[in-house]
Amino acid sequence: MEEENQIKLHGMWGSTFTKRVELALKLKGIPYEYIEEDLSNKSQLVLKYNPVHKKVPVLVHNGKPIIESLIILEYIDETWKNAPRLLPDDPYERAKVLFWASFLHQQLFEDMGRVITSDGEAQEKATKDLFEKLTILEEGMKEFFPGGTPSINGENMGLLDILMYALFGPYKAHEEVLEMKTIDPERNPLLFSWVMALTELPVVKESTPPHEKLVALVQFIRENALQSCVA
Amino acid sequence: MAAISLQTATMAEEVKLFGTWASPFSRRIEVALKLKGVQFEYIEENLSNKSPALLKYNPVHKKIPVLVHNGKPVAESLVILEYIDETWKHNPILPADPYEKAMARFWAKYMDDKLWPAATKVVVSKGEEQKAVIEEIQEQLKTLESELKEKKFFGGESLGFVDIAANIIVFLLVAQEALGLMEILTEEKFPVLHEWYQRLVDDAVFKECVPPRERHLGFFKARFGSSTASK
Repeated sequence: MEEENQIKLHGMWGSTFTKRVELALKLKGIPYEYIEEDLSNKSQLVLKYNPVHKKVPVLVHNGKPIIESLIILEYIDETWKNAPRLLPDDPYERAKVLFWASFLHQQLFEDMGRVITSDGEAQEKATKDLFEKLTILEEGMKEFFPGGTPSINGENMGLLDILMYALFGPYKAHEEVLEMKTIDPERNPLLFSWVMALTELPVVKESTPPHEKLVALVQFIRENALQSCVA
Repeated sequence: MAAISLQTATMAEEVKLFGTWASPFSRRIEVALKLKGVQFEYIEENLSNKSPALLKYNPVHKKIPVLVHNGKPVAESLVILEYIDETWKHNPILPADPYEKAMARFWAKYMDDKLWPAATKVVVSKGEEQKAVIEEIQEQLKTLESELKEKKFFGGESLGFVDIAANIIVFLLVAQEALGLMEILTEEKFPVLHEWYQRLVDDAVFKECVPPRERHLGFFKARFGSSTASK
């Protein structure tokens, strides 16, 4: 089979990590074949390509696998240098973006996960942590959006936009399941307007699963986690 | 009182590194700067009494290491390493090819995401739990051994990004010795990795950037000395 410039993405429709890679490929206009993986029954291909972590997403470019969503995003940006550039060329600007990418990808993501998968006191603490981090992020992002309201389109979306969307794009589904606001226009006006701007973009809309499906997924994750906590 | 070891900054550049003598993350930056012959001023931080400068340069996490280049701060050790590589381009530590780069980033992250948490767990756990963690670490080392294969270093002929990130192993083995744990990286079990390790600690630049041995052993004994492996 011809493997010349063949791009395959093994992913899972509800996975925020998979979403990020899909969005990047779409933004750059890179044609790819998508393979939906059933995480309880991973295909032989995923196990072959990702023996270390056995997870999705896996991007396979001309038969060579790349894993870990942030690493995949950097690989995409370095291999397809057309607009939009996901990361700045200047080393210092790039380091700043990577710093906040790590903050979004690790810290905020973990906090969000804890809020979804806990209840009672544990959830209260996790929520407090999340809100504290959101305040820090709001402050930090002022530098990136000096004009106040983010003005984003398909041509200038970058790594932080992708991560922000992947994390908070489903905010309505989170709100419905958790019965509380995660991103709040009053508490985090800049972040909220940023997420609004992102979710309105056509390229983002077409990557967004239907609301009911997202609600069901978040519900499933929450119930699963809460059940397994019961002694 | 912070001990300052001054190395003359060149007229064109001012490079400062805020770190601590016993942190592998801090020591990584020293390796990279020395490999590239970059003059820098080192500032030893007291983590229970952080300097105003550190708090100013890393307000979000208040952690070391922080690299300050001409007044501009960069935080997160792997981000700093990439910044250094992009700014001082001789003796590159990352490969040029995007795929090889992605692989290097993956394995460096592996050190932080897998090896580091296990290493921090091993020094505080006892008895059966400690044994289990050591087994986990040995599984990780097995994975690393099969990745290294016949290469002299993870970076190829010379030290690279992954070898620098792997300095965690040095810290792990000093801890092992200090606490009287069973030998973790035996020549028997890990013939390839064992040889690589000898090359790593013999490397002219790398060996300047490990904590002084006696002091380091004393550090682990004092901090974690009450936990023992055998029960």
